[in-house]
Amino acid sequence: MSKTVENLDEVTVRFAGDSGDGMQLIGTQLSDTSGFAGNEVNTFPDYPSEIRAPEGTLYGVSAFQVHFGTKNIKTTGDFIDVLVAMNASSLKVNLPNLREHGVIIVNTGGFDEKNLKLAAYSSNPLENGSLEKYQVFAIDMFDEIKKELDGLNLNPKLIKRTKNIFALGIVYWMFDRPIEPSVAWINKKFKGKDEIVLANVKVLKAGWNFAQKNPVFKKQYQIKRASLEPGKYRNITGNQAVALGLVVASRKANIPLFLGSYPITPASEILHAISGYKKYGVKHLQAEDEIAGITSAIGAAFGGYLAATTTSGPGLSLKTEAIGLAIITELPLVIVNVQRAGPSTGLPTKPEQGDLLQAMYGRHGEAPMPVLAAASASDCFNMTVEAARLALKYMTPVILLTDGYIGQATEPWKIPGMEELPDLTPEFAKDPAAFAPYKRDPDTLSRPWAIPGTQGLEHRIGGLEKADVTGHVSHDPMNHQKMVELRKEKIEGIVNDIPELELTGDKEGDLLVLSWGSTYGAAKTAYDKLIDEGHKLSFAHLKYIHPFPKNLGEILFSFKRILIPEMNMGQLKTIIQSTYLVPVIGMNKVQGKPFKAIEIEEKILELLNQKES
Amino acid sequence: MKTILNNIIDKPHEGEIKYTPKDFKPDVDVRWCAGCGAYAVLSPVQRIMPELGIPKEKIVSVSGIGCSGRFPYYMETYGFHSIHGRALAIASGLKISRPDLSVWVATGDGDNMSIGGNHFIHTCRRNVDLNVMMFNNEVYSLTKGQYSPTSHKGQITKSSPLGVLDDPFNPTSLALGAGATFVGRGHDKDRKLLQYLLDRAARHKGTSFLEIYTNCRIFNDGAFEEFTNKDTREETTIWLEDGKPLIFGKNRDKGIILDGYTPKVVPINNGSYSEDDLLVHNEKDSTLALILSDMSFNPELPRPMGIFQSLEKSPYDQRVEDQIEYEIKTKGEGNLEELLLGESFWEIK
Repeated sequence: MSKTVENLDEVTVRFAGDSGDGMQLIGTQLSDTSGFAGNEVNTFPDYPSEIRAPEGTLYGVSAFQVHFGTKNIKTTGDFIDVLVAMNASSLKVNLPNLREHGVIIVNTGGFDEKNLKLAAYSSNPLENGSLEKYQVFAIDMFDEIKKELDGLNLNPKLIKRTKNIFALGIVYWMFDRPIEPSVAWINKKFKGKDEIVLANVKVLKAGWNFAQKNPVFKKQYQIKRASLEPGKYRNITGNQAVALGLVVASRKANIPLFLGSYPITPASEILHAISGYKKYGVKHLQAEDEIAGITSAIGAAFGGYLAATTTSGPGLSLKTEAIGLAIITELPLVIVNVQRAGPSTGLPTKPEQGDLLQAMYGRHGEAPMPVLAAASASDCFNMTVEAARLALKYMTPVILLTDGYIGQATEPWKIPGMEELPDLTPEFAKDPAAFAPYKRDPDTLSRPWAIPGTQGLEHRIGGLEKADVTGHVSHDPMNHQKMVELRKEKIEGIVNDIPELELTGDKEGDLLVLSWGSTYGAAKTAYDKLIDEGHKLSFAHLKYIHPFPKNLGEILFSFKRILIPEMNMGQLKTIIQSTYLVPVIGMNKVQGKPFKAIEIEEKILELLNQKES
Repeated sequence: MKTILNNIIDKPHEGEIKYTPKDFKPDVDVRWCAGCGAYAVLSPVQRIMPELGIPKEKIVSVSGIGCSGRFPYYMETYGFHSIHGRALAIASGLKISRPDLSVWVATGDGDNMSIGGNHFIHTCRRNVDLNVMMFNNEVYSLTKGQYSPTSHKGQITKSSPLGVLDDPFNPTSLALGAGATFVGRGHDKDRKLLQYLLDRAARHKGTSFLEIYTNCRIFNDGAFEEFTNKDTREETTIWLEDGKPLIFGKNRDKGIILDGYTPKVVPINNGSYSEDDLLVHNEKDSTLALILSDMSFNPELPRPMGIFQSLEKSPYDQRVEDQIEYEIKTKGEGNLEELLLGESFWEIK
């Protein structure tokens, strides 16, 4: 049977089905296998808000998107190339984002009368010609699986549950993926459950063979390896990366980690991960509320721990007063805000960048603190370690902003060696003769960290304004002025301890695209494409929002126009305009969805054309 | 897992651990109002400290906001004057991370029963090893005289000029209901009793909750007069002593019996009842503790003072330590490189 092979640079596959269909599982497998095959990968899970929505419903569709390719895979893919739909509802929900002439692989078993009714189809889309502009592969997967497992005497329920693995086998054939990593994974995952291992491995191979033998599958696609730096890699979500970043930072600081946290979507995975790290000596408290989450962490910071609290928008609002306490007591604390769409409960499972102004200014009194933002899932690791470094060195709380998108998206992460990471060991105060609670280090302006248990350093701290140096309670007007200024100078001084902003492209010109946080992937993809096409523009991405990198002003002043795409109504734009008095063109998307690269590309083209006309 | 923190935690105290109450008095003026009940708490705390034999550097007092919030400034130990209502959450984080410390919390009826109510019930439930002293003056004093969650119905205050409409919390019942293992009550006019309670609280493993009646001379003067005045208190209060029958009265001529679940006052010198008929206190009986605590607002009954309950139960901070130890014992100390590699990784050469 003749099959042709076509080379592709990149592809986006989306698995969609019911919550119980195992779409997340096979998505993760395709993602890990593609990483193993040397591709760049970016994924995003798309769960329904309902925990176990009724089967077959439109609102119960669960999906997992995998974007992999040879280079520049920085988003989860603008459009779907291959849609695997396990039932009618998952086809209906995802069809609008399928590329023209795209591939649809459906399980016909999910298109019976009941399924069609639940999906509100008046006639079967597989039969009424409505899918003509796509390549449709309609397969009765259950039937095929039964044929394959016939005679093995397996539990019928188990057989039914392997549909997803069959679909995965087809996709593996289509993109010439090795099946060995998944076979190894199945063996490990179901160790000791021989029946399940046997069924899944057989079905995976059956899916592969089905596509190989079936004449309707005419084309196989190959995606060349990416040129990645040598090293060990794994796929990681932003939330996993934050959890690992905290553990690693505490190890590099040579002090233990304490996490005080309260469950909240989409940040809970950080709490889940850390609560299982007991054998690493990590302590955590699932607190009674968001406030106890942060205040217990402040207590642990007073006790000499690397303390952290993790949350999402509404939780950050509740923690606000306590952040002020950490600022005035000058205790180190890492606060991670996995942003979601607000205000209030908003769209709790959807990302937004709406908390930037809150992170910068949302406290009473003059209360400056460092604000960092991670660019991608794997960058969450780096920025968590960086947040811990700044917190410990400058004795200050630090806010790290991520969001529900990079928090749950995965990408390959080059696993760092411990020796590559900076030493973060703090110095506890020891000498009673030289000690005063607010006697500052002349370089960093940070106060000494004197922890209970140190003989001779007994002292009191608290939320009342303290006298410079001595730390006694002080209502003296000039002292307050001085302390407010010192706290401000301390944070602003961090500018000399962070990297300068990297500019990509010409050093000056007409248009600069400036992104921050999770918009990095889409903005950089758009920029790279337009540069390839010969357009003139430059690009920079901000990870340090407060203080801004030293050279930001100089870069801004070198361009006639500045475009800031952000998932809010222009919060970074507001800060940049008020800080540097330069006009900024905003591009604002608040739909609970990250930018597509194509959207930013079109906006840039529109701006470039305006200039030309 | 040893870190640089162990250099401090494990370092032995230099010199003899021998203090006098004076060693716990810092060189600052105590700024509570003259005659404030809080003085009567501070002084016994400073008195019992030398007897506990704990190095000063291992003692921390934590407070929230209110008149009680100033407490840490008046103790020559480590101290943390925090924000309104959050003392227990801060103290919990401190104690969980540093079980080697003796952590004392000074709070008030507004701080602890109102804005900090959630932290209070959950601290009791977890049984974090903290010593909690709640200064109850039945009024918000630092904000200058509004009614609090322990103010009584009808009380006239700045924010209830026509009388308080709500019923108060009974703090000891709240603590018992929330699962506190050690619950006691004392007042500012009986230093010996208070010293005894503080000492017992300090030695208890787990959350020790003491409700301490502290008179506010400015905004609620005389609120506890009938229970604390030497002339009347023997008639109006009853001292709970473990293993002893409940007897009270100037002439120790009255006792408490249980009629079903209802406590009743009976005379014990007229021949109808003897000491043998009386209810005998048992600090380990949690049902009894609730019945005794429930006597508090009944005008027919004397108000109980002393220790309602003292149960042995492993504190939360200890459980955290135990879980870590168990994990390390059964799985070995965590290998960070393995953690970073995760469940599945690949290598690019």
